[in-house]
Amino acid sequence: MSRKVRIAQLSCGPEYSGVQKEIYDAAEAVGAEVFFPDIALADVERAVDKFGLDVRSADLKLMIARGMALVDGKVDADGVFIGTCFRCAEAAIVRNELRRYIPEHSKLPVVSYSFTERTTSGTLLTRMEALTTIARRRALLAREEQTGITMGVDSGSSTTKAVVMKDNKIVGTGWLPTTEVIKSAEGAVAQALEMAGLAREDIQAIGTTGYGRFLIGKHLKADLIQEELTVNSKGAVYLAGHQRGPSTVIDIGGMDNKAISVIDGIPGTFTMGGICAGASGRFLEMTAKRLGVDITELGPLAMKGMGKNVSMNSYCIVFGTQSLVNALAAGSSREDVAAAACHSVAEQVFEQQLQEIDIKEPVIMVGGTSLIEGLVYAMGQLLQTEIVVPPYSQYIGAVGSALLSSGFILGE
Amino acid sequence: MAKVFIYPATSLILSDLVARFGHKPLGAALGIRERIQTAGIDSPPLQITPEEPKRGLKYAAVEVPSGVRGRMAIYGPLIEEAEAAVVVNDADLAFGCMGCARTDELILFSLRQSGIPILELKYPTNEDEGVQFVAAIKKFLASLPKEGEA
Repeated sequence: MSRKVRIAQLSCGPEYSGVQKEIYDAAEAVGAEVFFPDIALADVERAVDKFGLDVRSADLKLMIARGMALVDGKVDADGVFIGTCFRCAEAAIVRNELRRYIPEHSKLPVVSYSFTERTTSGTLLTRMEALTTIARRRALLAREEQTGITMGVDSGSSTTKAVVMKDNKIVGTGWLPTTEVIKSAEGAVAQALEMAGLAREDIQAIGTTGYGRFLIGKHLKADLIQEELTVNSKGAVYLAGHQRGPSTVIDIGGMDNKAISVIDGIPGTFTMGGICAGASGRFLEMTAKRLGVDITELGPLAMKGMGKNVSMNSYCIVFGTQSLVNALAAGSSREDVAAAACHSVAEQVFEQQLQEIDIKEPVIMVGGTSLIEGLVYAMGQLLQTEIVVPPYSQYIGAVGSALLSSGFILGE
Repeated sequence: MAKVFIYPATSLILSDLVARFGHKPLGAALGIRERIQTAGIDSPPLQITPEEPKRGLKYAAVEVPSGVRGRMAIYGPLIEEAEAAVVVNDADLAFGCMGCARTDELILFSLRQSGIPILELKYPTNEDEGVQFVAAIKKFLASLPKEGEA
């Protein structure tokens, strides 16, 4: 049995919030163990002085001291989980600075989260899984070329995608809305195989990702079942032809968003979430429906409009929809409304998530929403950079899975 | 005998001083001891469930971080029960400390609002200050009603 991945916990408030058990459970579920770096009480104030962030809460001082002990190599760990109470400004400052400081001064992967008493192990699972994968499977993640015949299936919250790859080329793709998880996966797989002109028995290795990864992974007897943070990072830099050096991957999904700071194809820091569906692809789907166009037409429509002409804030999907309806009722053009909707989603992601990672160019947008050119344009405007949308960007998870699963053909 | 809230609530020295001078200390040990759900009496005590932050809503609004509300679920009832308080500000971590500065602010505010007699002291930094520190606490505690006087 492989050694458990040791995750150092730096936190303030999880016990009094009643969520410490959830953190333990999430780590346990992915074969990791959480521990608290052991440091001397006398070292706490010294470390805080050295770090230079004058905080008042003793638990935050302890977090800083523990973070510095990790960076100084006084404590061994494979990864770091940073957690503080949601809505605490003092803790947010410490959380952000440590999240930046640790990767800058060590090779430790870091994930952070702000919790409430409602946080469950399920919410933390994908983050913990990504953290343990980066720590445990560095060799697998270093893969830059697909070999043999492999298939990747991404069972997302809105759509299911399948990709067949052969000798480092995409030879088949399949796409279906996710209704019944297994049925949708079977359908997408059949499409991809048909396009590739191959049969199931020709596939040498399978990888699955997305919300339904465990269910379809078991059903398809997958070699690799992997959360989407690492898989999407790999897929993005592979398709963008930027496997070495830093990059930033943004995936605005149907249910949540991911912003990942990537170095040499391996995620460094990442955030996942979104306060409300107002910051996700779901809001754009609703906008398209209200405007009476197909989602594929929303992007071009938005490019013809001026977002500034319509005031829209989709922080909450209900209020966002209200502004959309009000704008149309007040005589705004469909083009302007479409542009405003794209800008609003981009702005929510920018404000809620991109502030939490270091944006390094190139910025690669992936996932189905990256095909909405109005959204890509709005994000580029906000970040003041040209966004890269690689070919097959909507199949990113499936491509990443197919790429990584080829490592299993020879039992790597 | 008066019920005396101590701050920092985790300070064993303060707890001992209050008990020695014939009063009942109200602090973390008491608050947590009453909630113990662990294998042993000295197990890490914080077996707090997500219910605590909800109970803490009596003392802090929902927009207040869950860690503050979870702490207030323990300290809030003790403050309500307290008849006096000894508060030591800027204490050394080893003297007894509270993890969350925001909870500290709310605890001190709640104590001041309650109208009970409060002795506020600065943590001593040398021996002379230490002697004055203990003497001040002794004098304050002696001024509180003893058993049968209340």
